[in-house]
Amino acid sequence: MIRAMIRVAMPAHLRTLAGVTGDVTVEVDGEVTRRSILDALETQYPMLRGTIREHVSRERRPFLRFFVCGEDITHTSPDTPLPQEIASGAEPFYIIGAIAGG
Amino acid sequence: MSNVRVLVGTRKGAFILTSDGKREKWDVSGPHFAGWEIYHLKGSTADPNRLYASQTSGWFGQIIQRSDDGGKTWFQPGTPAGQPTTTPDGMPVGESNKFVYDTSSETGKPLTTHQWYDGKPHPWEFKRVWHLEPSIDDPETIYAGVEDAALFRSTNGGQTWAELPGLRGHGTGAQWQPGAGGMCLHTIILDPKNRERIFVAISAAGAFRSDDSGTTWKPINRGLHSQYIPDPNAEVGHCVHRIAQHPSNPNVLFMQKHWDVMRSDDAGDSWQEVSGNLPSDFGFVIDVHAHEPKTIYVVPIKSDGEHYPPDGKLRVYRSRTGGNEWEALTKGLPQENCYVNVLRDAMAVDSLDSCGVYFGTTGGQVYASADAGDTWAPIVRDLPPVLSVEVQTLS
Repeated sequence: MIRAMIRVAMPAHLRTLAGVTGDVTVEVDGEVTRRSILDALETQYPMLRGTIREHVSRERRPFLRFFVCGEDITHTSPDTPLPQEIASGAEPFYIIGAIAGG
Repeated sequence: MSNVRVLVGTRKGAFILTSDGKREKWDVSGPHFAGWEIYHLKGSTADPNRLYASQTSGWFGQIIQRSDDGGKTWFQPGTPAGQPTTTPDGMPVGESNKFVYDTSSETGKPLTTHQWYDGKPHPWEFKRVWHLEPSIDDPETIYAGVEDAALFRSTNGGQTWAELPGLRGHGTGAQWQPGAGGMCLHTIILDPKNRERIFVAISAAGAFRSDDSGTTWKPINRGLHSQYIPDPNAEVGHCVHRIAQHPSNPNVLFMQKHWDVMRSDDAGDSWQEVSGNLPSDFGFVIDVHAHEPKTIYVVPIKSDGEHYPPDGKLRVYRSRTGGNEWEALTKGLPQENCYVNVLRDAMAVDSLDSCGVYFGTTGGQVYASADAGDTWAPIVRDLPPVLSVEVQTLS
């Protein structure tokens, strides 16, 4: 089993909920995909469950997007393998909140 | 000497205002959950240091927060700071924000749609918790009124929630439709004398009552008249904004409807209008004096299209006769150029000998009266728009 340490960058409100101050590192077993990263993030920080993906449908919340290596992967398949830079921890997996409101 | 603790939910966080029984000098704590919408906070009467808060966001959805020390520290139930975040078998324990509609066939008639604004069927979608109502005698049990309208209950201090599906499934649910603020269940009254009786109110469906602890429900809207719906006397569809009850006289209910102030003397079986001489009978809040069951308060708002006080004068109206005869309370309140609103959960009373009355505005003021409304003073003037106000009287 391949084990990867993934850096995840989150909006400030989610960092507050998780009780962290910067990027977090999560451990992913097997293929590094959007789904496996979010599964690992929610396992390590269960207080984030429901805040990024809906509890039951597992659909992305509408005002959030995902970026890797400068690319918007919000609308790609959640099971698409992510680049080596993410899998190696060289680049973070970004969860970005829409700029929508004050 | 007694103290009071005022719990204020705003568009950008929660604030806790505390004072001694004189209610002249106030300490302000906050913002808690800065930047988040706090629709409601409420304390348990069984354990006043047990507080619950509904924290919401258009980005990140619903969070339930709990404090066991009167608001000094908070945590999501099930995941206290420093405790394991997974069960022994590795499953995450953070489910305190999981509100899932009951669609099982065993519990009755699973609903899939209600009416949308245009009358078309629309799927039921959870958006947020509007109101939290702790049990009268058990700090671990709490009810949540949510949008899209449904009633949930937790019996483990907010760690997990289950819908009471008999409300949505009682028969009229498919006809409910949202008001301008969404289709929210915003009022929950637990009857202090008949412990199996619960009242709820929904915009824009109406009022409902259960006499078996929330298992079965019936609409209680007879006597309501709403010109803005196709059948003004319909069984459901009325935009009830708020209901209040005095604990010593629980069969008497007072209602601020979209338009009209109403009273029921038979636990909601029938209603009569008591708007009397109010300058406008549109409004959101209504509450009852702590020691005088017939003394009630409203804040008239000009109209459904103009959500501010008539004539730019912020006036609380008090009736000492259970409605119909009203007096304006103005001392200490702005009487010119005032165009704030007072939202439906933003008025409360304390239970000190001289009853205190409190309300918050969309302009960020929280006003307090330590003499049952005769005179008013702002506790704070410049908070974010106030969504809710609750008061705890602490011995």
